[in-house]
Amino acid sequence: MLDDFFIRALIAGTGMALIAGPLGCIVVWRRLAYFGDTLSHAALLGVALGLLLQVSLTLAVLGVCVGVALMLLALQTRANLSSDALLGLLSHSSLAVGMVVLAWMSWVRIDLMGLLFGDILAVSKTDIAIIWIGGVLVLAVLAMIWRPLFAATVNRELAAAEGMNPRRSNLVFMLLMAVVIAISMKLVGVLLITAMLIIPAATARHFSNGPERMALLSAISGVLAVAGGLFGSLRLDVPSGPAIVVAALVLFVVATVLPARLRSGMGRGDG
Amino acid sequence: MRVSNHDMIGDKPLVSLRGAGVMRDGRWLVRGVDLAIMRGQIVTLIGPNGSGKSTTARMVSGVLAPDEGSIDSAPKLRLSYVPQKLHVDWTLPLTVSRFMRLTARLSKGEERRALEETGIAHLQNAEIRNLSGGEFQRAMLARAIARKPDLLVLDEPVQGVDFSGEIALYELISGLRDRLNCGVLLISHDLHVVMAATDQVICLNGHVCCQGTPTAVAASSEYRNLFGARAAATLAVYQHHHDHMHLPDGTVRHADGSITDHCHPGDGHHHEHGHDHNNGHGPKRSGTGHAG
Repeated sequence: MLDDFFIRALIAGTGMALIAGPLGCIVVWRRLAYFGDTLSHAALLGVALGLLLQVSLTLAVLGVCVGVALMLLALQTRANLSSDALLGLLSHSSLAVGMVVLAWMSWVRIDLMGLLFGDILAVSKTDIAIIWIGGVLVLAVLAMIWRPLFAATVNRELAAAEGMNPRRSNLVFMLLMAVVIAISMKLVGVLLITAMLIIPAATARHFSNGPERMALLSAISGVLAVAGGLFGSLRLDVPSGPAIVVAALVLFVVATVLPARLRSGMGRGDG
Repeated sequence: MRVSNHDMIGDKPLVSLRGAGVMRDGRWLVRGVDLAIMRGQIVTLIGPNGSGKSTTARMVSGVLAPDEGSIDSAPKLRLSYVPQKLHVDWTLPLTVSRFMRLTARLSKGEERRALEETGIAHLQNAEIRNLSGGEFQRAMLARAIARKPDLLVLDEPVQGVDFSGEIALYELISGLRDRLNCGVLLISHDLHVVMAATDQVICLNGHVCCQGTPTAVAASSEYRNLFGARAAATLAVYQHHHDHMHLPDGTVRHADGSITDHCHPGDGHHHEHGHDHNNGHGPKRSGTGHAG
């Protein structure tokens, strides 16, 4: 069964959506969309460095993402720096440096479009193993830090005063983000990862009356988007990464235009 | 007037600050704060805007570490904090019930009881951002007490609450102190209402400018002379004039017009009956004033 590229893509995409859903909720609640962009753009630099140093690309991407996340964390604590400008600077410069390094390495043939927009139909069994093992680990760690992380999302000072250690949960969260981006890059590409974090979470918001429910529905909505996008891309012969994001967008639009009464009814129905 | 019978001799404070101060961007937000909060005691912080009330509450809560001086907390102190501002964004679905469990695991009964105590049991499943100002403050208080804290830090817990609601909330806080036998650090703009329940009033103005029991303040002849009979029903106690003013450039202008670099947390008027240091000082002033 795993020999069929389409099934492999579906399994890999489902794994990605399941972890991107809950993390994406935190991204939306904390207004970290730009942070997600920055990390995913830095992933391209990771690919370039991985090729240059001839190490595993996933590990190189993970390393660069963790580095950028820690750098941001350190710079964030200096309140006098505008984090908006800082993120923009890091985001686009790492993207540009990554592309320059890739272009400079004329001896390696790489598919730049594949890096930017993903190539989910090319995932191997090894990729699937990385995604699912990594995914289970990410979700397990997220479950462990969920209460303090959520408390600090609602109010950082309150969490700090009541022994929730927001500094630690914030650090762990950033590392998880780096893992998710390293995992998702091959599937949807560096330019579209943030979409998989944000759009399913935004869709889930319409049906949620609690954070845990929103995290769950966000994961489900992401899985639906992956399935819909893959089928659509097969039928219409369009690139699958963008097709998945378009499917996520369609779900969001449908959820938004549904009458509020119907939404809350559905929300209660499966709770 | 309530007299606390919890602070027995030899009881150790829940939290004490000694000469504590916080500096940001080269400016002291507050400094030289000495205070101790005992179990069963309500300590109220008053002072003008920017006088360091919230900063002091953050130090006590452990959110900010003092840049000078020290803080001592009782081991395994269980603290509940009600921040001055808490904004819940639209993107964040949060019911009162989930909010109650933000930092603690509660049984259904514990949650129910705290909500009933603050009078919002009917709002258990309401979304936080749909609550009115008063309901929201009650939800914050309910969440804080459901944890059964040793120390309750309340940063302006009655803002946005109408006058009768205010009195009810203060009565509730005072009752909670008795039921939970916890210490309370209260920041308030409405000293005239909290007076009855407060054991200790600390007036901040960049440092501790005076402290004492509200009874002493209310009973003192200086207080009556200064504010008259209407004092108890007005904000007069809070809106007393400070004898010096912190200027934007960090210097301090004193009542006599002189300007100095600091306001001398060590000296000044730390007399026990507090709030008459406007111009009613008279002879007392000579010994303790701001000379130099």
